[in-house]
Amino acid sequence: MTTITAEPAAGEEISRRRPRRPRAARSRGSRIAYVYILPFFVVFAAFSVYPWLDTAWVSLHEVRLSTYDQHTWVGLANYRNLLSNHYFWNAFRNTVTLGIISAVPQLCVALGIAHLLNHKLRGRTFFRVAILMPYATSLAAATVIFLELFSPKTGIIDWALQTLHLPRVDWQGSKWPAQFAIASIVTWRWTGYNALIFLAGLQAVDQELYAAASVDGAGRWAKFRHVTLPGLRPTIIFAIIVSTIGSAQLFGEPLLYHGGLPDGGTQNQYQTLGLLMYQQGWTNDRLGLASATAWSMFVIILLAVVVNLLIARRRERRAAR
Amino acid sequence: MSRTKRLRATLDAGPVTYLLVVLVAIVSIFPLYYTIVMASHTNAEMAASRPPFLPNASIFGNIHKALQIAPLNKGLINSIAVAGCITLGTVALCTLAGFAFAKLRFRGRNILLGVCVGTMMVPTQMGVIPLYMLMAKWGLAGHLSSVILPTLVTAFGVFFMRQYISKAVPDELIESAYMDGASTTRVFTSIVVPAVRPAMAVLGMLTFLTAWNDFFWPMITLNSQNPTIQVAFQSLATGFAPQQSIIMAGTLYGTIPVLIVFALLGRQIVGGIMEGAVKG
Repeated sequence: MTTITAEPAAGEEISRRRPRRPRAARSRGSRIAYVYILPFFVVFAAFSVYPWLDTAWVSLHEVRLSTYDQHTWVGLANYRNLLSNHYFWNAFRNTVTLGIISAVPQLCVALGIAHLLNHKLRGRTFFRVAILMPYATSLAAATVIFLELFSPKTGIIDWALQTLHLPRVDWQGSKWPAQFAIASIVTWRWTGYNALIFLAGLQAVDQELYAAASVDGAGRWAKFRHVTLPGLRPTIIFAIIVSTIGSAQLFGEPLLYHGGLPDGGTQNQYQTLGLLMYQQGWTNDRLGLASATAWSMFVIILLAVVVNLLIARRRERRAAR
Repeated sequence: MSRTKRLRATLDAGPVTYLLVVLVAIVSIFPLYYTIVMASHTNAEMAASRPPFLPNASIFGNIHKALQIAPLNKGLINSIAVAGCITLGTVALCTLAGFAFAKLRFRGRNILLGVCVGTMMVPTQMGVIPLYMLMAKWGLAGHLSSVILPTLVTAFGVFFMRQYISKAVPDELIESAYMDGASTTRVFTSIVVPAVRPAMAVLGMLTFLTAWNDFFWPMITLNSQNPTIQVAFQSLATGFAPQQSIIMAGTLYGTIPVLIVFALLGRQIVGGIMEGAVKG
């Protein structure tokens, strides 16, 4: 999506500038431009692009950590293995469900908070900084803290449930409670951040439109539905895509939630693709398989983003009609 | 006039708004506050039928014990070094490239920028195995530079600086500088850099925070002898701390510095995130 917004702007600028720019300056600028992007692309090529391609190459081989230079060609066997692999599909499902139960409430609540913060509030800087404190807390610290909050013996959440005479919950062993607990860490850390992104989008919505809607007799809900949401659409799509990319890579929270083990709980009840890839590579010493998982993750992200964009575009077209 | 009045009225905060905002602030801060409480109480005290809600002085003793279990001080120093280097590198290299993408015309500009933005979708997992082997081959495994080098630039940084420079520096200004015979280097150092200093500061803060909190790659390449603070947390959580209070005290000790800096720079960071959202 970001590409789409970037391209027209660049094109515009060129067509506006071309006739006026003196020739000498243009050619000078054009040659030296490569000097400016060179340092970035050297580092980027060496430590990003090369590893990505090498991962693709490794995924077609049988490779071990101790003998990394000895590759045994296996073709697509690693990918075939994944497709029939119970652990892969389990991790895929967990990644999807964890992603949904962390991203959907997070973005909805963030939208609500952004709406609240858009009011004229006394102490608004305090509130904005306060809701961003979880974002400043690292995922490692947050997970260690939440692990204690959810602890079966000493945790405050169990105490609260008991006090309210609610049944006790096994936050570690049962699948959905454990996934809920992990999702709550993600939600806690990112809701405030997304609320600020939405708030920025809200403040960019033309205030005249609200005034016009008021004149037309629109109520609060109608204004939200017909002015706020359309105005925020690009921001919302951006936030959805960013959280999709983020949740597809979920790793640290479920790892530390099981004390640093990559199995995602004793029954793999919250093992994500990120954890599985780490387990395949570093615990089971099967780098080819782990590389295949890594590339599958990329393909999954790509598909998810494309689906998001297609839905967004269709909505837009329907709205335009 | 009455129109704007009515508009204002709908945006004035009533008691319900304040109540909800206070509630959100409490949910955001409570886990951090309660960490202080948990760090001051033993397992038995926490398991009591009425758990404590106030911290006490035993937290200092617990921090002391945590420091013996996990290399937290070393982790903090390493994190400052790592995040500092990454921040300097990212801001410098991304400003250079962002300037070229925003204001210079060269072949392949749009394609390169598009590729750059597209790579934001690539998961970290896709690079770690070759990087791990590369660092081992170069003898950098366990060394801080193995964390710094791969994170030295981000595609986001280039895109962020490009967007800002496109808007903040008028083309006319650059053109007239060229007319006066200025070189591109001079345009960059005397016009662009002064104009985009605020954006560099914002990118710097965001990069520092991201680098400080990064976990996946540092965990793979570093070990508990030479950790960043995040990796040191792991040895706290998976180690053999007998009491949750010690784990919490260590977590608190390692988290407080960045939270204090964050509270001091809060207004700027909030502004930066919001500005980045509109510009991006």
